[in-house]
Amino acid sequence: MNLVRHVLGRIASAVFLAVVVAFFALPMLWLASAPFDAHPSVTASLPEFTLNNFRAILDNPYALGSIGNSVIQAGGAAALVVVLAALAAYALSRVRVPGRDALLYVLLLMSSVVTGTAAMVPIFELASRLDLIDTHLGVVLTVSGGLLPAAIFILKDFMDATPTSYEESARVFGASPLQILRHIVIPMVRPGLATIAVWAVANVWGGFLLQYILLRDPDKSPGSVVLYTLYTEGGQPNLSLISTFSLLYSLPVVLMYLFVSSKYGFRFHGGIKR
Amino acid sequence: MSMDAAGLGRGRAVAFALPALVLIGVFLIFPAIWTIYLGLTDYRLTGLTAADPRLVGAGNYMTALGDGRFRNSLWLTVQFVLGSAIIGQAGLGFALAWTMRDRRGPVRRVVEALVLLSWILPGSVVAFLWIALLDRDGGTLNALLGTPGAAWLLDHPMLSIIVFNTWRGTAFSMMLYSAALENVPPSHLETARLAGASPLQQLRDVVLPRIKGHVLTNVLLTSLWTFNDFTPFLLTAGGPEGRSEVLPVYIYNVALRGGQLGFGAAISFLVLLINLVFALAYLRLLRDRREVPG
Repeated sequence: MNLVRHVLGRIASAVFLAVVVAFFALPMLWLASAPFDAHPSVTASLPEFTLNNFRAILDNPYALGSIGNSVIQAGGAAALVVVLAALAAYALSRVRVPGRDALLYVLLLMSSVVTGTAAMVPIFELASRLDLIDTHLGVVLTVSGGLLPAAIFILKDFMDATPTSYEESARVFGASPLQILRHIVIPMVRPGLATIAVWAVANVWGGFLLQYILLRDPDKSPGSVVLYTLYTEGGQPNLSLISTFSLLYSLPVVLMYLFVSSKYGFRFHGGIKR
Repeated sequence: MSMDAAGLGRGRAVAFALPALVLIGVFLIFPAIWTIYLGLTDYRLTGLTAADPRLVGAGNYMTALGDGRFRNSLWLTVQFVLGSAIIGQAGLGFALAWTMRDRRGPVRRVVEALVLLSWILPGSVVAFLWIALLDRDGGTLNALLGTPGAAWLLDHPMLSIIVFNTWRGTAFSMMLYSAALENVPPSHLETARLAGASPLQQLRDVVLPRIKGHVLTNVLLTSLWTFNDFTPFLLTAGGPEGRSEVLPVYIYNVALRGGQLGFGAAISFLVLLINLVFALAYLRLLRDRREVPG
């Protein structure tokens, strides 16, 4: 009886896993094959191998440029978030300011409450008034404002965990606080900084709403927005072109995750991706 | 001057923290407060210039309550959260973690790699993948299911975005539950099994009490994220005829496409309040769990 139940259980779990694997693999197989297929919409026939789609992407005026825009916006936001969060986390970790913990708590609360959805009207308004519409700076500043609280919170944890004795001796030898931060603290919390940078890049790369409302000019739009315009503009969408672009646009983040997980080991920091 | 290790002193500490705090203040705190004000006005975007806003008090909220489109959107959002965040992401994530708990080797690696990849891919790429799969003519799903010509996005828009969001977010839940299940001692499960407990009883009596905190955290986070998710816009733009117009899409359509900035801001404020409830519950959970020794 027990054996029967055990065998049935194994079969059930194998079937379940097979279905789930199919569910998750299907879109990815399509992403991996459609760009090389001359007619990706006809699924009944075998794919007809071609590299023409990649040539078409090179000819498209917005495709490659938009990946450049994504690099600028993601890189800008990551740099800004890492630098400002490191400075702030260091100060908050090393100096006892009254109300410090309450402040951090409130900031963290705000960052998950004020989302693009809840603040799209004032953010659009604010960007219009500050002349930040259609600028990379607008996207970088808006995204960074939202990412900073969690970044500070995580980095402060890393900084709290490092011993202060090196800093004390460096201070005795006359190092300035900025020198101490650069030469002693930063090297010790490098995995934390890498986590924050990767997280910021992934956020901007995968982000759509803020970029969509802040940027009208296709010359400034990142890949996520251009992908949508490629799909919606001009009658019948060109699936070959869009799938090729999707693959190109996905590669950088996938490679980044592979690199980071091979270097630092992949870890989830409290659902940090979004 | 305080005795801190780096000799920062309060003055310099403030200088270090200030740039970050200013950015947070301008681009996070201020918009939240401004939403409250804008939500009390009749602010409209007409053409390229915005007309001067006039205070209308609670008028926008009154309008919303009587507005069928708003109530429809609220109800669709409930369906979206229940279907894709709770049953989809959390439920499937747990089922996966549970099924794989004693598996090692290639099966586990394949499942983890696939699911993780779904989490890493940019949202707009995932949206497009599902558009292509669900396509009426030549979409892979129709070929597989033998339903040529079925227009999934048009005929079943809610089902489409629920499946899409489940696909996109299950990884987080699976990873969380995999970690949580490692804290359940196998010996306890073994004892229960020998005592004749069925798998369901083992789940209820041995596993669930130990991972209750994880389940709550998981359900709160996936619900909060799904509640605020704008990507359904990419699949259906809220259509056809508002049948998949979840709140984020509704706000965009009403405020930025329809130009009713004041009304949109009022709805945004409601979203803000609901987010606040989610976030407070989450932080409370985190704090409670930190205080538990071990």
